[in-house]
Amino acid sequence: MHAFLQQLINGLSIGAVYALIALGYTMVYGVLRLINFAHGDVYMVGAVIAYHLSQGLANSGAPVALSMCVMFLAAMAGCAALGFAIEYFCYRPLRTRPRLVSLITAIGVSLLLENLFQQSRFLFGPTPRSLPQAFQSRTVIEFFANSSTPITITNLDLVSWSLCLAVMVGLRWFVLRTRMGLALRAVSYRVDTAALMGINTNRVISMTFVLGSSLAGVAGVVDAMRYQVDPLMGLQQGINAFVAAVLGGIGSIPGALLGGLLMGLVQTLLKGWILQGAYSGYADAAAFLVLILVLLARPTGLLGKPAIEKV
Amino acid sequence: MPLLEISNLSIHFGGLSALCDFNFTLDQGELVGLIGPNGAGKTTVFNIVTGVYRPTTGDVRLDGKSIAGLKPFKINRLGIARTFQNIRLFGGLSVLDNVIIGFNRSVAHGFVGTLLRTPHQQREERQHEDQAVELLRTFDLLDRLNDPARTLAYGPQRRLEIARALATGPRILLLDEPAAGMNPQEKKELMDLIALIRQKFGVGLWLIEHDMKLVMSICGRLTVLDHGQTIAVGPPRQVQRDPKVIEAYLGKPQETPLT
Amino acid sequence: MESDRAKPTMVHAARIPSWLVNLGILLILVALWPLSRAFDKYMDGYYLDLLIRIGIAITLAVSLNLINGITGQFSLGHAGFMALGAYTCGVLLKHYSPQGIELRLLFLFFVILGGLVAAAAGVLIGIPTLRLRGDYLAIATLGFGQIITVVLNQIENVGSFEVGGSAGLHNIPMVSDFFWSYFWALICVVTVARLAYSAKGKPFFAVREDEIAAAAMGVDTTFYKIAAFVVGAFFAGAAGGLSATLSGDISPESFNFIRSIEIVMMVVLGGSGSLTGSILAAIVLTALPELLRIAEGWRMVVYALVLIITMLVRPEGLLGNRELWWTRRRLGPSTGPSTNAVA
Repeated sequence: MHAFLQQLINGLSIGAVYALIALGYTMVYGVLRLINFAHGDVYMVGAVIAYHLSQGLANSGAPVALSMCVMFLAAMAGCAALGFAIEYFCYRPLRTRPRLVSLITAIGVSLLLENLFQQSRFLFGPTPRSLPQAFQSRTVIEFFANSSTPITITNLDLVSWSLCLAVMVGLRWFVLRTRMGLALRAVSYRVDTAALMGINTNRVISMTFVLGSSLAGVAGVVDAMRYQVDPLMGLQQGINAFVAAVLGGIGSIPGALLGGLLMGLVQTLLKGWILQGAYSGYADAAAFLVLILVLLARPTGLLGKPAIEKV
Repeated sequence: MPLLEISNLSIHFGGLSALCDFNFTLDQGELVGLIGPNGAGKTTVFNIVTGVYRPTTGDVRLDGKSIAGLKPFKINRLGIARTFQNIRLFGGLSVLDNVIIGFNRSVAHGFVGTLLRTPHQQREERQHEDQAVELLRTFDLLDRLNDPARTLAYGPQRRLEIARALATGPRILLLDEPAAGMNPQEKKELMDLIALIRQKFGVGLWLIEHDMKLVMSICGRLTVLDHGQTIAVGPPRQVQRDPKVIEAYLGKPQETPLT
Repeated sequence: MESDRAKPTMVHAARIPSWLVNLGILLILVALWPLSRAFDKYMDGYYLDLLIRIGIAITLAVSLNLINGITGQFSLGHAGFMALGAYTCGVLLKHYSPQGIELRLLFLFFVILGGLVAAAAGVLIGIPTLRLRGDYLAIATLGFGQIITVVLNQIENVGSFEVGGSAGLHNIPMVSDFFWSYFWALICVVTVARLAYSAKGKPFFAVREDEIAAAAMGVDTTFYKIAAFVVGAFFAGAAGGLSATLSGDISPESFNFIRSIEIVMMVVLGGSGSLTGSILAAIVLTALPELLRIAEGWRMVVYALVLIITMLVRPEGLLGNRELWWTRRRLGPSTGPSTNAVA
């Protein structure tokens, strides 16, 4: 029982991070109908920024909480800039072209980032590295501490949940209650009509990328502390988060949250319970299987709306 | 027995009843019109007949055999061809290729012949090219033979769509707003073309159109739809004067009290 | 005069008679054999290896083009088909370890078998993806490719047949040579080209252009979509078998998403829908990195940059939709009794 609850907590924590990344995928798909393959790599850059800063911050003697805040803010800013640049230079010129061209370009950007960060030792290098001890995950709350199977909640769990909650509340307010949010919704329906209505679609789209990328950066910092930093970490996490976005309904912001949490739960429970030992490798394939099943059964996801082609 | 017979056809999309209890017959060689305000369900009827939608209730019979719910390509092979409200040409392919695709159902040679390029296969390909050229000559599209279909002007594109549909050798041709977006000169040419098609190919023609003048002058019979319901059937002159039809198009006459 | 305004007659494109072309293909195939023996003997091993890899790349690119470019089904899992063929051929060859003439016969048989296994997977993958379009289809095929990789990673043995799991399969008999590589490349190109550019093949293009219209014109779109996957997968599987027996070592990671992307790049850069484009791109993209001696990791950086820049500057690729041998007018009516049409 305790083990199950622990898995639940872990799953929701991992899921919250998926949700943060998934938001970026879903918002970009909502406005551009583009699967931003490079999004997972923006997440990776966030982790790398955290790593570089952590080296200096660990030695500076500043309190850990403050250092973490600095890392989060820096990652947000860095990734926001990166996301903006990618959209501006690589996707914007192709907006009038068939969507597959943008898709291929996104793949190219993804490959570029991965290999650049792998090859250049200045940027990072090929070997995975962990953050200094001070920034590793720490247990904050412990239930049943005296039993053989205590249930622990770590600082990362708390950070992920509170960030997720804050982002959800903030985004919901933003999308539904502000003019910019209205513009965002308009653009996600029809870009050309929104432009005719006087909306600066370029600015809306840029803002979408900036928002999504900064969230990915935040997720990167969390995972840098939870796991290790590795130039290819965006690959698998990106896929996981993308599946989460599709599961919840790509284009739907609440869907990203739902999908992320579900994915986190399903994966953790699978790895911890059903696919143990020799079969744990299959858990990665499970993400793809879920994806394909969702695409076949209900392509618009749990919370999405079906799109009908007019004949 | 009529060539095409539709009985009690209905279709619901979720809670919306798009078509209710639709009945219709078409005989060989007839030219009939389907009219009604926008959103009345006219294209929905075509979509059901051609297999794009499956009806909720009712039946469609071709030559006495039920075709409701069959796949679109099967229905085409049984003898019904169509054009689309929003032109659906194979834009990247040449004008010639668009028509040649229409012959795909009548290819006698198989994949072995294709891979080995047997004389039989080569002969058939030349035949198809000749037949396609003849068709394009009838439709006055020969000068754009090798151009990608998407480079054609709107009028020629519509003509090409009709030519392509005829290439499939149908017994019934469904034309969905063939005159949409055409200027009066083009409409006159279209009317001549339709008359030529009737004479030369002997197909039954069923038209969806908004241009009343065109419809009145060439259709032998009209069916009028409004909000999925059939509100009038009959010869054009009679339907034109039907008060329900007038109301559907123009709205109820306002009663202005004398002051 | 009546005869001057006579009906224009149809003049077909001047074509080389097919029996002559068929004979030519046969002769090329026959000529490949002594050429291969000569290369084996006199050519530097490094360059021979490169030539063979170019042949394999051509097979991969052209087979993918049938699915992606010609039929318009954007598949990102082509390496998965390759993996199936590679492992089928590699596992069987290593297990049976034939010698001499038996080796040569079994090699051909196992490569074909690998192709058939991949083709079967093509059906399995084709059917569910029938309902998906564009990005969704791309993601689903990507998923399938990854599933194949992950599953292969887990399998150590199938009964008494060694498969290797994540450690990979080593010491596969290195039977691949110039002859087989270009034998398959030629068969692949001729098959795909004849399939596509024929009366029975036009529906492939129709499915790409507009599926709904194609169905309305009597095209069985289900059949054609699956056929594209099956034929494309078969040749990818054959290429996989060739690849496994060239390097002697394979692992599931050598057939991952990146590999699929490399093949997609050849198709995209050469021009989706252009077979000659795919051939050219396959040659250039395989040979150039070698000739420029770019280090492994930075090669991918250059690749990625080339991909991005190409999409920004010339998204239709080198040849776009056209083939190298096409002229402006393929055929046309003559304008009178005294003129001939341009072929």
